[in-house]
Amino acid sequence: MKTLKIEELSKNFGTTEVLRKINLEIDEGNFLVLLGPSGCGKSTLLNIIAGLETINEGNVFIDDYNVSKVEPKDRNIAMVFQSYALYPSMNVKENMVFGLKQAKTSKEKIEEQLEKVSTFLQVDKLLERKPSQLSGGQRQRVAIGRALVREPRIFLFDEPLSNLDAKLRVEMRREIKKLHQQLKTTVVYVTHDQTEAMSLGTKIAIMNHGVIQQNDTPENIYNKPSNTFVADFIGSPSMNLIKGKLIENSNNISFIADGSTLEVPINNYDFIEKPDLNNKEIYFGIRPEHIYFKKFNEEDFDINLRADLSEYIGHEQIVTLDYSNQEILAKFPSTIKIELEKEMKLYFDLKHTSLFDFKTKVRL
Amino acid sequence: MQDNYQSSSYKELEQKSKYTNIFLRWFLYFVLILFASYFIFPLYVMVVTSLKTMEEIRQGTLLTWPSSLNFDSWLVAWGGRGYGAGDTFLRPYFWNSIKMVVPAVFFSTFIGAMTGYVLTKWRFRGDQWVFLFLLFGCFIPFQAILLPMARTLGTLGISNSVVGLVLVHTVYGIPFTTLFFRNYYISVPTELVKAARIDGAGFFKIFFKILLPISAPIIVVTVIWQFTQIWNDFLFGSTFSFGEAAPIQVALNNMVLSSTSVKEYNVDMASAIIAGIPTLIVYVLAGKYFIRGLTSGAVKG
Repeated sequence: MKTLKIEELSKNFGTTEVLRKINLEIDEGNFLVLLGPSGCGKSTLLNIIAGLETINEGNVFIDDYNVSKVEPKDRNIAMVFQSYALYPSMNVKENMVFGLKQAKTSKEKIEEQLEKVSTFLQVDKLLERKPSQLSGGQRQRVAIGRALVREPRIFLFDEPLSNLDAKLRVEMRREIKKLHQQLKTTVVYVTHDQTEAMSLGTKIAIMNHGVIQQNDTPENIYNKPSNTFVADFIGSPSMNLIKGKLIENSNNISFIADGSTLEVPINNYDFIEKPDLNNKEIYFGIRPEHIYFKKFNEEDFDINLRADLSEYIGHEQIVTLDYSNQEILAKFPSTIKIELEKEMKLYFDLKHTSLFDFKTKVRL
Repeated sequence: MQDNYQSSSYKELEQKSKYTNIFLRWFLYFVLILFASYFIFPLYVMVVTSLKTMEEIRQGTLLTWPSSLNFDSWLVAWGGRGYGAGDTFLRPYFWNSIKMVVPAVFFSTFIGAMTGYVLTKWRFRGDQWVFLFLLFGCFIPFQAILLPMARTLGTLGISNSVVGLVLVHTVYGIPFTTLFFRNYYISVPTELVKAARIDGAGFFKIFFKILLPISAPIIVVTVIWQFTQIWNDFLFGSTFSFGEAAPIQVALNNMVLSSTSVKEYNVDMASAIIAGIPTLIVYVLAGKYFIRGLTSGAVKG
C-alpha cells in the first residue's frame, strides 16, 4: 500500500499546461520534497494533493483510495502554508482547534489533543495570544500545531520557511526534521531551496515546466543527476557542463572537449546503456568541488588549466578556470594561493563525473 | 584655508535653510487657516442665523453675533408651529430617512461584502467581467436609471414608499460597496481560505468566522460612504417619493421653497443643520477608522 499515489496527473489553467502526466508514489513515513524553480508547478501539485485545485486528468490516491473528487477536509491531510495562514481574529488555541471543532470532535478529545500538541511544540504558554502578537518562529510553530492536532495521514508543507530570516530558517528546518523523525508521518514538502530539500527529504522530486525531472534520494540527485537541468539546478555553484565529444577505440573511451586535443579517459564511467558512443556529442559534467588542487586518489586525472578569477567567500574560494575557451568553476579552500592568468596543475575526480547527451540533455 | 572657507560657507547655508524653513512653515499655516475658514464660514453663518430672531436678521449683517441664544427656530423646524394645514416640519421626515438609511446601508454593505468575498476568494471563469460590469454601476449617472427604476418600483408595487427607496439605494450602492470590499479582500492572503477549507469550513463559515471579523476598517469606510450618500440623496428621494413617504432632504426642500409668507431664514438654517447633523455624527464617531480603513493595506496573518 502506498500512502500517496499520483497517476498520470495533468492540470492546465486555460491553455497553459501546468502539470503534465505526473506519476509519483510515496511510502509510509517518507519525506518527499518537491523542488523546482518558481512556476514549475510544484505548489499546484501540492494544492491538488490537498484537494484545493481540481484535476484535468489522472487520479490521486491516499492509502489506495481514490480521493480525486473528495473534499479537502475529508482527505485526512493537513497543510502548513508559507504565510502560516493563521486566522487573524482567533487566538492560538482557537486557531489550533478550529478544524477539530468543524469535524465535531468531542470536547474532551479536543482538550486532550490541544494539551498534547501545544506542550510538544512549546506553544502552551501562548494559547491566549493573537497571531499578531507572535514572532515569526512562534507563528510557524502554531501553524504546524494546527496541522498536528488533526493527526493527519499526510502533512503538506508549502514553502513553510521562506518567510523567516536566514538564522531562524536553519533552526526551524532542524525542528521540522526532528519532528519528522519523532512522528514518522508521511510528508510532502514544497520548496525552491535546494539546501532545505537536501537536508529534509528522504526523496526529492525535481520539477521543471510541469514535469518531474528526477525523483530520487538526495544522494542520487546530487551524484547522478538524470539530465542537465537537474545537474544545473542542484549544487552551488552548479555542475560544470563541458561541451565536447566521445572517442571510442579498442575498449578505450575518452572525452575530448571542443577546441582541445586532450583526451580525458572515462573507461570507468557507469553508462546506463552503451550504444554507439564514438563521436557522440556530449556534455561532460563535473562539480566544482570535484576538481582538486592536489592528487587525492590514484585515478584522479591531472590537467593544466588557466585561472582567470578568484572569488573569496570565507571558508572557500571559487575559481574561474579556462578549459579550451569554456569557462568552468572550481571550489578550493581559501587557504590556497591562486596565481591568476597562469596555468595551474589540477586534478579531475573521475569517479564523480556525469555525462549527458548533447541533444537530449539526458544522462548517458 | 580650504577648510575654513568650507566651514563658513556651510554655516551660511545652514542659516539660509533655517530661514527658508521658518518662512515655509508660516506660509503653510497661513494657507491652512485660509482654507479652514473658507469651509467654516458658511457653517458659522448658518448657526448664527438659526439662533437669531427675524427682527435681528433684518437689522444686522450676516456675521453679527445673536443678542441672545434663541432656539425657537430650531423647535419650529423640528416640530412645527402647531397649526394645521401647510405646516411643514422635519420630525416625521427625519424618521423616514432613518427608516430608509439604516436598512439600505445594512443591505448594501452586507451584499457588497459577500460579492467582494466571492470575487476575490472564490474566483470563477469570467469573474473579471462581472467585476467590470459592477464597476460600470459606479459610473452610471443617477439620472440615467430614473425611468427604468420608476417602472421597476411600479411593477413591484413599492413606488412612493420607504421600502422602495431602500431597494433603490441598496441596488445603486452595491457597485461601490463591492469595489470597497473587493479591494480590501484582495490583500487578505487566499491561503487563509485554503487553510479554512482544509479545516472543514464551508463558504459561509469562512466568510463569517474568518473574513468578517477582520473587516472592521472597511466596514466602517463603507458604512460612512453609504450613509452619507443615502442620507444626502435628493434626486431619488424626490423622484420616487412625495408627501408622507419623503426623506428629510426632500422635506427640507419643500419647507424652504413652499413657504408662502415671509422667508424665515432662521428656521431654514436650523432645518438645514438638523438635516446635516446625522452625517456629522457618523463622521465624528467613525472618522478615525475611516482614515485607517482607507489606508490599511495587507492583513498580516
